[in-house]
Amino acid sequence: MDSEKKLYTVIVHSEHRAGLLSMVTAVFTRRMLSIESINASASSIPGLHKYTMTTITDKETIEIVTAQIRKKIDVVNAQYFTDDEIYQLEIALYKVKTSVIESTPEISGLIRKSGARIVEVNPVYCIVEMHGRSEEISLLYNELRPYECVIQFVRSGRVALTKDNTERTSEFLENHEALRCRRKAESNKN
Amino acid sequence: MEKITGAEALMKALIAEGVDTIFGYPGGTIMPAFDALYDYTDRINHVLVRHEQGAVHAAQGYARTSGRTGVCLVTSGPGATNTITGIADAMMDSTPLVVIAGQVAIGMLGTDAFQEVDLVGITQPITKWSYQIRRAEDVAWAVSRAFYIARSGRPGPVVLDFAKNAQNELTEFAPEQIDFVRSYLAFPEPDPGKLKEAAEIINGAEKPLMLVGQGVELGGAREELISLVEKADIPMGSTLLGLSSVPSSHRLNMGMLGMHGNIAPNVKTNECDVLIAVGMRFDDRVTGALAKYAPQAKIVHLDIDFSEFNKNVKADLCVLGNCKETLRLIGEQVKPARHTEWVESFRPYAEKEMEEVIKEELNPGGEKLRMGEVVRAVSDAAGPEAVLVTDVGQNQMSAARYFRYEYPRSIVTSGGLGTMGFGLPAAIGASFGAPHRPVCVFMGDGGFQMNIQELGTIMEQKAPVKMILLNNNFLGMVRQWQELFCNKRYSFTPMVNPDYLEIAKAYGIPARRVATHSELAGAVAEMIACQGPFLLEACVEEEAHVMPMTPPGGAVDMIMTSKDDK
Repeated sequence: MDSEKKLYTVIVHSEHRAGLLSMVTAVFTRRMLSIESINASASSIPGLHKYTMTTITDKETIEIVTAQIRKKIDVVNAQYFTDDEIYQLEIALYKVKTSVIESTPEISGLIRKSGARIVEVNPVYCIVEMHGRSEEISLLYNELRPYECVIQFVRSGRVALTKDNTERTSEFLENHEALRCRRKAESNKN
Repeated sequence: MEKITGAEALMKALIAEGVDTIFGYPGGTIMPAFDALYDYTDRINHVLVRHEQGAVHAAQGYARTSGRTGVCLVTSGPGATNTITGIADAMMDSTPLVVIAGQVAIGMLGTDAFQEVDLVGITQPITKWSYQIRRAEDVAWAVSRAFYIARSGRPGPVVLDFAKNAQNELTEFAPEQIDFVRSYLAFPEPDPGKLKEAAEIINGAEKPLMLVGQGVELGGAREELISLVEKADIPMGSTLLGLSSVPSSHRLNMGMLGMHGNIAPNVKTNECDVLIAVGMRFDDRVTGALAKYAPQAKIVHLDIDFSEFNKNVKADLCVLGNCKETLRLIGEQVKPARHTEWVESFRPYAEKEMEEVIKEELNPGGEKLRMGEVVRAVSDAAGPEAVLVTDVGQNQMSAARYFRYEYPRSIVTSGGLGTMGFGLPAAIGASFGAPHRPVCVFMGDGGFQMNIQELGTIMEQKAPVKMILLNNNFLGMVRQWQELFCNKRYSFTPMVNPDYLEIAKAYGIPARRVATHSELAGAVAEMIACQGPFLLEACVEEEAHVMPMTPPGGAVDMIMTSKDDK
């Protein structure tokens, strides 16, 4: 059903220019859609930045929001995906009390089971690093919480790759360049 | 190469874009640009307005009538924020504008410097592009890109926030010619499969209806549209902004769509089997209740802006492209057809409207003047060349309904944003954009006073604007809603008005007041015969209604023809 709300991942490619991110987020703000997570970094395409954003909404809304983002000058492409259409990953760091880890053997078990690793140890705390799907990261946090051992916790925004066989943004740029050449040739002919 | 200041580079870049008229107001941070302008007044005509909002609406009026890009030059801070309403208006109504505002020197940005405001931040959501020029060497690129973005594709406003240091710095200047932005598909290529499908849907239609929007004007597609509708015998309705896309007198033109539009095209929206919408965006003032909007029809939507597809009305087929191209290509594939019975079926509704609304509006039984009769008298006297400019409210709807349109780009009105105060300055701009056409602006007593200071600009420029003040001593449209839906609780809509003739006199503008049917024709003739500006104050019935009316939230075919209909 189109009105059913779920988590969507919006992937945006834009020129790397000041102010672009706020133009993109303004489209969410206009509808008071809160952004669950956001990651912005250089993309594989020279000069382009990639934003990976998640939000909870319905299909009808996300379709319009994505179109309105894509329409912005200097935004090259914007697409939305459900979780089954992407490979996604988050990174999390958990600062855990060393004393509790030492006194509670189950904690080491939980960390091992989740595939996380301990990257820093000192007498006061250990830092546990984990990467995985959003729900795996939440799971470890929720498992650690009852032991009251987590001093700090941070998780990155989601990064995601599509399950497409091609990069649609590159295709768009190639097609647009080809259209430009074709039009130029036509106008020279005339 | 000789070095010039960034401010002078701006003048050269504007000239390279073909700019010969700008509307502006000087101030601290834009002083270097105005200083440069001082040496370019032989090539650039600067119109000094009396308030920056006036500048931006004038630029809109200029753009809408001329088809060129309107340009404003204002200072930072309040000068810039005063243009915001017009920028938002231009965004909604797809009007190409370049607003150049001064900005404090970049070293002072973020310090709350005198007259500093984050203009790029404020205008990003209401522009196609908003950019800060921080170095003189960027002027050529930024100006060229601004004009390319403003006028191409679906046109719209662009803001250039011009830091004062960049105006003063020296640079070498060579004009740029930007005609490509890799992220921006200004003129998408129509998909041949979709064009074919559109033609097939039209060929299969027995009761087709075409909805014409401003896109047809903006795309210069009048010929292509008429050729298609005549070949396939498709009746049309048009949006407020699309009214002069096709002459009013065309046999297939069934009139205006929407809340105060004509009955026939609104009713037929819910009877047609195929609805072809071109260059329009299914605004809520056109559709009424979406759930009850054309549920029976197959909908084909032609637009240059993909983000309009399925935004309000879900279409069965969306064809992306410039309508000049898509209408021509679809037109080539449609088969000649006749839908005589269907076209004829509009007539009873037009007759009903004539009987129940129009007759009384044009020839009122009562003593008081009605807005419709004033509009029609002006339209008839001004002739087919005339450009209609309106303010917002009852005056706008009456003017739109009763003015007759012959040539393209004959209506300038604030459709999407509904900006009161738009009319007077927009008319000034229209008189520069269409200098050989009579410009008639209809305003209410509310909207006139929202930018009344522009009488000063009219005085100074001797702008030949025919101002018709439809004075009912009310904020008329709100009063109409209060009567219909708030039990006549006239909360702050009665207006205590000044003597408008005295105001005109103070500005040296000839003026006349008219209150009776018998005086009307003579007064209008006097106004039209006057060489320069003229103010005609028509004292109209105070508590009249603009009818027909689709009540807010009602279905498109649920139409009142009198206040007792609700």
